[in-house]
Amino acid sequence: MTKPITKFTRNVPHWQPRVVPVDLAEATAEQLDALQVTPSNTKVSAYVLTLAHDVESLKVRSPLFNAIMYDKGGMSRAERELGALGASMVNHCIYCAAVHADRHAQLEKSTEVTDRLFRDGARADLGPRDRAIFDFAVALSQCPPQATASHVAALKAAGLDEAEILDLILSTSLFGWANRLMHVLGDPVRPDSAGK
Amino acid sequence: MTPELTTLRMAGTDGVLEAVIATRANIFEMTQAAEDAVLRPKAPGAWPHSLRAALAARIATLNAQTALARHYATGAGDDAALADPAQDGAARGLGPVLAFMDKVAADTRQVVAGDIAALQAAGISDADIVRLAELNAFLAYQIRVVAGLRLLREARA
Repeated sequence: MTKPITKFTRNVPHWQPRVVPVDLAEATAEQLDALQVTPSNTKVSAYVLTLAHDVESLKVRSPLFNAIMYDKGGMSRAERELGALGASMVNHCIYCAAVHADRHAQLEKSTEVTDRLFRDGARADLGPRDRAIFDFAVALSQCPPQATASHVAALKAAGLDEAEILDLILSTSLFGWANRLMHVLGDPVRPDSAGK
Repeated sequence: MTPELTTLRMAGTDGVLEAVIATRANIFEMTQAAEDAVLRPKAPGAWPHSLRAALAARIATLNAQTALARHYATGAGDDAALADPAQDGAARGLGPVLAFMDKVAADTRQVVAGDIAALQAAGISDADIVRLAELNAFLAYQIRVVAGLRLLREARA
């Protein structure tokens, strides 16, 4: 019995798929190519092996993900993580929230912001810039999106320029995508109870 | 930027945010490649291109994105009726598929293991379940990029 984790945490859980991932031994040439499996690199996560069922999508997804989260210029990496976290909290993706809260804390060398968000939720006491960023991410992540001109005005008043706002739109939206894979196709569990 | 990028065309950013968008040109090109991969894949599994277009239009409608919904509906062919969220798809044997897609799009946080088990019980293969999730997930992204860019454009006006 493995009981999924239901509370937000920075302690990154194990991800247990709800479908059977692609078996590496039976993978097609196209799947192996997308998985970037080579004789010296045969370690592939259950998550990536699950996504290998849709190999055309997997192939384009990783470079896009990396560009949005890590390309130089524009918004800082920590603030992009805050956009990712806002989306992940709306969609209640425990796994994504853990990974990106942890990255935020590492980049900021402080757990203060993510401690507050996990303890007090969306109404946590944040500085004006983080407040504007988090509020925009939460609003954009609703269905239908609830972000308005006043959210953008708040971002500009907090000192964000258009390039930074564009990166916030991209990182928040990207987690609308990632959450719908991670939270939908698997469960967050603790490694010692995951059976492997 | 080139007009064949759906995301920028739907956001109406031509001539307005070009300089800032150009700094992330690679991202908008990869976004189009991702759209091509989920809407018009070479190996579509159980979900033909017309059904994928209908599902995309349906998800755009659930998100109140009328321009994007209209755009995707043009590719829906005989599946066009399923773009209407009022249609449950039961007559086509797609009831479990549409229920799943609607929930993942609009009520993501409430999705549980039982929702995947319901698709499996309806005879849908694991690969086809992943294909549905990828289509849904990409749309969630594209819809929010379009909505966000539109706000950024309007803030200039």
